[in-house]
Amino acid sequence: MTERMTDPDAPPATPTPPSEPPRLSPIRLHKALSAAWGTPPGLGRLSAVNHTVLGKRFIIAAFVFFAIGGALAMLIRVQLATSETAFVGPDVYNQFFTMHGSVMMFLFAIPMFEGFAIYLLPKMLGARDMAFPRLTAYGFWCYVFGGAILVAALVAGVAPNGGWFMYTPLTSSTYTPGINSDVWLLGVTFVEISALTAAIEITVSVLKLRAPGMSIDRMPIMAWYLLITAFMMLFGFPPLILGSILLELERAADLPFFDPLRGGDPLLWQHLFWLFGHPEVYIIFLPAAGAVSMMIPTFARHELVGYRTVVVAVMAVAFLSFGLWVHHMFTVGIPHLALAFFSAASGLVAIPTAVQIFAWLGTIAAGRPRYDVPMLYLGGFLAVFVIGGLTGVMLAMVPFNFQAHDTHFVVAHLHYVLVGGFVFPMLAATYYWLPHITGRACERRLAVPAFWLIFVGFNLTFFLMHLTGLAGMPRRVWTYPESAGWDGLNLLSSVGGFLTAMGFALFVMDIVVQLRFGRRFRRNPWQARTLEWATPTPPPAYAFAALPRIADRADRLDPGAIGVALARGEGYLGFDRDGRMETLAVEMASGAPQQVVVLPKPTYLPLATGLATGAVVLALLFKLYLVALLGLAATLALFLAWTPSCGARADSGPLPIGMGETAPPHWEAARPPSWWAMVFTLAADATLFGSLLFGGVFLAVVGPAVPAPPIVLPPALLIGAGAALVAGAAAAAFAVRRLVAGRSPAAALLAALVLPLAAVALLLPVIGGLGDPTLHASRAVTFVTLAYLILHALIAALFAGFGLWRMRAGFLSATRSLDLRLGALWHGYSAAAGIAGLAFLCGLSLLGVVLPAVPGVEGGPP
Amino acid sequence: MALAACGGPYSALAPAGPVAANVALLWWIMAAGATIIFLAVFVALAIVWRRPALLGAAPERRLILWGGLALPGAILLLLLAAAFVLGERLVAAAREDEGAIEVIGRRWEWSFRYPGAAGAVSTGTLHIPAGEDVAFRVISEDVIHAFWIPRLGGKIDAIPGHVTRIRLRADAPGVYGGVCAEFCGTDHAAMFFRVEAHPPERYADVLAGLARETGQ
Repeated sequence: MTERMTDPDAPPATPTPPSEPPRLSPIRLHKALSAAWGTPPGLGRLSAVNHTVLGKRFIIAAFVFFAIGGALAMLIRVQLATSETAFVGPDVYNQFFTMHGSVMMFLFAIPMFEGFAIYLLPKMLGARDMAFPRLTAYGFWCYVFGGAILVAALVAGVAPNGGWFMYTPLTSSTYTPGINSDVWLLGVTFVEISALTAAIEITVSVLKLRAPGMSIDRMPIMAWYLLITAFMMLFGFPPLILGSILLELERAADLPFFDPLRGGDPLLWQHLFWLFGHPEVYIIFLPAAGAVSMMIPTFARHELVGYRTVVVAVMAVAFLSFGLWVHHMFTVGIPHLALAFFSAASGLVAIPTAVQIFAWLGTIAAGRPRYDVPMLYLGGFLAVFVIGGLTGVMLAMVPFNFQAHDTHFVVAHLHYVLVGGFVFPMLAATYYWLPHITGRACERRLAVPAFWLIFVGFNLTFFLMHLTGLAGMPRRVWTYPESAGWDGLNLLSSVGGFLTAMGFALFVMDIVVQLRFGRRFRRNPWQARTLEWATPTPPPAYAFAALPRIADRADRLDPGAIGVALARGEGYLGFDRDGRMETLAVEMASGAPQQVVVLPKPTYLPLATGLATGAVVLALLFKLYLVALLGLAATLALFLAWTPSCGARADSGPLPIGMGETAPPHWEAARPPSWWAMVFTLAADATLFGSLLFGGVFLAVVGPAVPAPPIVLPPALLIGAGAALVAGAAAAAFAVRRLVAGRSPAAALLAALVLPLAAVALLLPVIGGLGDPTLHASRAVTFVTLAYLILHALIAALFAGFGLWRMRAGFLSATRSLDLRLGALWHGYSAAAGIAGLAFLCGLSLLGVVLPAVPGVEGGPP
Repeated sequence: MALAACGGPYSALAPAGPVAANVALLWWIMAAGATIIFLAVFVALAIVWRRPALLGAAPERRLILWGGLALPGAILLLLLAAAFVLGERLVAAAREDEGAIEVIGRRWEWSFRYPGAAGAVSTGTLHIPAGEDVAFRVISEDVIHAFWIPRLGGKIDAIPGHVTRIRLRADAPGVYGGVCAEFCGTDHAAMFFRVEAHPPERYADVLAGLARETGQ
């Protein structure tokens, strides 16, 4: 193939259409597919990439962190049970509550929903796995290692202690000189890598990896919820990641983004944090609401009413959730009219939420409801979540917020929303889907008393806490005087907390009992009508022996009949093709089969890459920057090692997929999953960059008016760098055109390699001539913007080099151009970001010229 | 137990000034409304579970339309309007600050500077005249704090690099509790302060006494 690439006149090889692999008996098909998809035993388990395996691991790990967070909550309640308790002092207590919040948010809630999504999504959509199994595994390792760093810090007594939203300057190096804040900033960012990989994976899997015929308006409702949630993560997490990077840079390198004496602003952190933090609440709630929307129809024995209305409502929630972050900041001195806007938006979000609740009630009204354990927990969800929603509307009212903000009223409210909106639905979901995982039916004996303990205990703890807050008790106090009159309420809250803990202990016992003694069943114990119940239970690694053709909405199916047919291999891909792991990708809207997605085999690479990433994080934590750089190089090299098993060295042409149809392998398709993954990655990246530019503008316009030292930006260098980036992008695009036309892309790739490097060479003197970036926030912002552009240019050059390597290794042809098209996307984004960033810097330096014109300022502050 | 919340030196539900009184009234109205809505949801659940026939044929659309859209929309509109009017008096009125008392948050105490009283400063105790609006300029010397006198109403953050403003009034002379509401590190829990509202005619004397102490 390499020869053909260099010889433009050779005729394209016409592949002979391969024939369909032979049909096997159900047993032999099961054995063949199990051999192809299985995870090796013993230590080989560490190489797992299978979604069923990893989904379960995510769920178990998240539950372990939930137990840790819960234990911390109990310690908090011991300390607060009475006034002036001498149990722990403030230094330990501050670590307890910071870690409780951080663990529950970042190590429990998000990974728990990811676990459910990873386990269930492919099965609900009629696919054999997620789109990027190795990324699932990498995300898992990032999550576990990041969580381990945080917990190890807690054991060592140097855990984060600035509150889970880490307000600076308290968390700056001035007021928290130890590594406590660094543990949070680096550890949580490490964990967030897994949130971002999961978001990309969920988005692409829902959009592309569905059973043929499952058009987008036939998807099971949970797929909609997860799709919208994943989109929110793509745009919600980058502001926080940027904020964490900036704060870590301020702590480690003294770049003053948040220091008001040097043109920074502590409020910038709050904006970046809550720009993430508020959508985060809905990112946690919506997947749980999706699970509710799956369970209610099963127990109401009626399909979800208002399916389209619910989808629109969820989109409205997602949209609104990005417009109300300021309601966490009502008391920072923002003008009242602006507050009123965010207040209205915050109240408004109650409407799409109410629409969902009444769609669930309507479903029950339309059906013939039947009681079972999951419904009991859903009753608890409804009660607790409605109260949380109502107190949320109260807090959205500015005058009331001024009284209740930062008191235990808010603590009560957020627990009602998160426990009501996430924990209760997830408990219900556990009872609902546990039979799927274990193949054993649900027992009621312990589930019911466990519910009542949790429900009564929770309400005792947190209902009273509203009153504690109104009685004036601020949050995050490690002790309080008896004279404040808060003793009685706090003692009852603590009693309630221990009842809740006993309830969860009973729940754990119940799960163990069910695993051991549950009655075995054949298939679909709840008579559900969605596809995940069509797999055998417990599910085999390959999930479906064949993929079904869906001819109706995906919540109107008969899993029993479908499951039997699929097990016989009746459907798409109902065969074993050379032991390859295959699933189908469909056209996004219509669900017509489009590509055969060939998935990677189990490998230790995700583990190794996760370990290398962890080494980078630890090196940064202990300020070993050279080691960090080496670790980064190792991480990058390991990522490159993922690629040789992707793609092919020969054209294959369309493959038979069963049912008399054919489809090309994904690397010969125009828009394979990885192409979409690149698009969504760049969207998240652009959000990060946009947040940085927002920060720069915010500091220049709203931040404390500390005169900025002049910023010298040589126009020739900037224009040259911008032009080189654009030319590099053009070269990368031209390389694709050459390749697709059957000609050699080598020269164009070389240009796409050299031009970004030229841009770097032009930008380096700009950064060098900037002067000390620690003098003023505007310089620091300029510095980081330039560094961002340089990093992107370097990666663009890397993509071009990668293209050359793949060309030489024979992976490229006119029909196999994916590698170059991915690189071209990156190049295009780097050029666009370059133009935007350089224009922004020119604007910023103009502002810098204008600001010192204010009389009486010459250099330093007056 | 509910009564416990209504009393106490720091209770927002034992208002001693117009702002706190209005917010407390707003709270009681919202609490009553929330109770009714909560009960209504569970009555609706009981009906859809046991007697869906009561809702007539094909009730789903009407449930979603009325329960999900119309009712919450109307309630929200009313509530937002009321809150806006109240907020105008609370937040917007704090703009002008001639003669405002300067509130300085630092770890872990509050200081108060009284302009026009010969440099009078007090730490840990705030002196205000009763029966009249008092303006405050709030700043911080280190990290973020929040200045809050629950019985008088509303809190405002003390943020380094920013000046925030609030206006409060104590209806009658007396002693009120104040707290720091924003987590500020080790001794956050100890950052209480005392508010003494004096009869207006004696206030000048109090400040003069403070000025003498400060001068010494």
